[in-house]
Amino acid sequence: MRKARRRLFIIAAAGGVLVAAGALAMTAMRDAMVFFYSPAMVAESPPEPGRRVRVGGLVVDGSVERHGSGGADFTVTDGAGEIRVTFEGGLPDLFREGQGIVAEGAFAETGVFSATSVLAKHDETYMPPEVAAALRESGHWQDDNGYGETAVPGVARPVGAGSR
Amino acid sequence: MIAEIGRFLIALAFIASVVQTVLAWRGADQGGRGPAAAAGRAATEIAVLAAGAAFLLLIASFIRSDFSIAYVAANSHVDKPLPYKIAGAWGGHEGSMLLWCWILALFGLGLAAIGPRDPALRSRSVSFQGLLQTLFFAFLAFASNPFERVFPVPIQGSDLNPLLQDPALVIHPPMLYIGYVGLSTAFAIAAAGLVQKSGGRELAGALRPWALGAWTSLTAGIALGAWWAYYELGWGGWWFWDPVENASFLPWLLGAALVHSAIATEKRGAFPGWTVFLALLAYILSILGAFLVRSGVLTSVHAFALDPERGVLILGMLGVSSVAGFLLFATRAHTLGEGDGFEPTSREAFIGANNLLLAASAGVVLVGTLLPLIYEALNLPTPSVGATYFNLSVNPLLLAAVLLMPLAPFLPWANGGARPGLHQMKAAALLVPVAAVGGVLIYVGAPVLAVIGGAVGVWAISGAVMDALNALPAARARGARFAATGRALAHAGVGFIALGAAADASRPPNIETTLAIGESLEVAGRTLTLENMSRADGPNYMADRAEITVTGDSSGTMAPERRYYPAADQTTREVALKSRITGDLYVSVGEARLRDDGSTAFQIRAQYHPLVWALGLGALFIVAGGGLALTGRVRANAPVRGASPVAARAEPAE
Repeated sequence: MRKARRRLFIIAAAGGVLVAAGALAMTAMRDAMVFFYSPAMVAESPPEPGRRVRVGGLVVDGSVERHGSGGADFTVTDGAGEIRVTFEGGLPDLFREGQGIVAEGAFAETGVFSATSVLAKHDETYMPPEVAAALRESGHWQDDNGYGETAVPGVARPVGAGSR
Repeated sequence: MIAEIGRFLIALAFIASVVQTVLAWRGADQGGRGPAAAAGRAATEIAVLAAGAAFLLLIASFIRSDFSIAYVAANSHVDKPLPYKIAGAWGGHEGSMLLWCWILALFGLGLAAIGPRDPALRSRSVSFQGLLQTLFFAFLAFASNPFERVFPVPIQGSDLNPLLQDPALVIHPPMLYIGYVGLSTAFAIAAAGLVQKSGGRELAGALRPWALGAWTSLTAGIALGAWWAYYELGWGGWWFWDPVENASFLPWLLGAALVHSAIATEKRGAFPGWTVFLALLAYILSILGAFLVRSGVLTSVHAFALDPERGVLILGMLGVSSVAGFLLFATRAHTLGEGDGFEPTSREAFIGANNLLLAASAGVVLVGTLLPLIYEALNLPTPSVGATYFNLSVNPLLLAAVLLMPLAPFLPWANGGARPGLHQMKAAALLVPVAAVGGVLIYVGAPVLAVIGGAVGVWAISGAVMDALNALPAARARGARFAATGRALAHAGVGFIALGAAADASRPPNIETTLAIGESLEVAGRTLTLENMSRADGPNYMADRAEITVTGDSSGTMAPERRYYPAADQTTREVALKSRITGDLYVSVGEARLRDDGSTAFQIRAQYHPLVWALGLGALFIVAGGGLALTGRVRANAPVRGASPVAARAEPAE
């Protein structure tokens, strides 16, 4: 094949694949993008029921109600609002009160958030960035709550003094 | 004392890397044979020894449980079993960064000892490797010092995350890092070649074994991680399209493209610019991965703790490496030359198509991974991009690549011609198993993409068998036999992974319920009965063990555990698996729940994963194939030694 024709061929093939990849990505993205709502945002203007969203915040102490059937109800807060979440699956092993979590699912007509997945991190000093941002925005961020930017995560608090 | 010596050693390795960069550069200017090049080589040895000694000291501090070192205190505990104390040395950010740096220096030494054959090119690539080392050792010394002291000294450590206390996780990070970091050698050789104005063919030949070795190790690392996620995380999946997984998948995709395009460039001079570009980009994406994992910018199930300052520094290193690499590329790419032409049905054309599809997949994964960050940077509400996106966009592209893959080895170079290849493929023989598997999957009621995936997987495996039957008798030299076997093995491995992924995507619904003692559940035609719960404490944890009997297929007993690690105040699920040739029965046990009638029940998750072994076997085949091809290359090149004066020195890997 002559050089010019070869170039044309390569460019056509590359263009074809790129267009196909772009089209695939765009169509796939339409269904797959899920937006995050902080409790404060939900209090102001909740997303319409049935729409797939993510919510997150700190699990309120004493709010967790474990069902006999395996699921659980709990409340998350960012200090400026609260969301009641119900989840039928098994909670992650790292789920606990006071911890930052992110849940994915949809609001029911009743305003209760029905989660299909609950994400808790396996590093207890970790806070999902969305939750951290929501807490900062609502003014409930504390640098000494163990989630802050301490130099040495995990040993910032006295260890072995019964605090853990 | 140890901490101070460790700090000193890291500083020494940093200085040695600077010296290595400067002297090896000077050495390359002098043709790579003078005293400066030798001194640069010596500097690589000092960097390796210093970083290695620092790493050993860190391990020693873990064994001694020296909690005056903050990193040890954050990742260890007196009661932890010894292997996991040692593994703690690379279980957190600072220690794993030290390992990263040490491997980087080891590859620098490797380049100096068995790097490119041309001495000037070799010295230049040692210099570029020194630059990459300098960046990372500086980051280690100034922003991630693993020997930082903590005061007051804690009495007890806070334990390594229990989920990480697992044999697969002991070797997963080192394998992954050898892969990630090993790609730095391809970067260094490519950049050095651009400075030296080496020809594209020579350059591709010089960087191919390094890229192949790194990519093979990366494959092993990713596979170990997927295996760990499958049996340890207790969710019953092996790939989640999590940003951190994507961070390792991106360099893998580009590495896969690179090891193929480098063949075409070396043998035929085809697309030299693209090969060099890939070599630069693959390592840059490794650093991007480090940024995603270590800066805490993304919500991920396994990111390191949030640390924006470190993120900015890694972004800086990313910037320096990519600006240096791409500037060189932009100004010097024309020196790489252009190969002979080729026809659309030639092997070059198919390798090109494979590269297009792999690169497009990488682009699609990159977009999905970075989109949340882009939205955030634009101050828009931040979306998360889930598995749906990746499955719908990446899978068709990769399936197309796997569909073309078995044909390529049968096509001649240059002028091409599909007819002899198609004849040899005896396409009819291949269609039988394809149809059979497709039929079975449809019968089970699988999703369409899974049916296609399964059929394509079988097509790839049969194609690899045909390739081995065809190419092995023709290969005379031992090196060629190794290469042909490696290719067939790796291609079959890809087929097995497609098959396993398709089978797993069409698995029966997961069961998530609670069982009281004596109650049963049904999954995939098997009845599981919870017989008993008992205590089964370990050295540093307490555990409840469930005793579950299985009737139906794969009958017997299973004993999943729920463990509580008091030091870390964490519970984990220890999955029980029953593996058969047809698939895995998978059970985990969760919290106890009080029912309304006052009885106690336990959360049980039960799943059935058909043909899940095919995934592991596929990864094993790819790793074995990559290893064989590498060995074949070393052997094939060995007799060249002494044949010409330039090659007279011992250079086994080239």
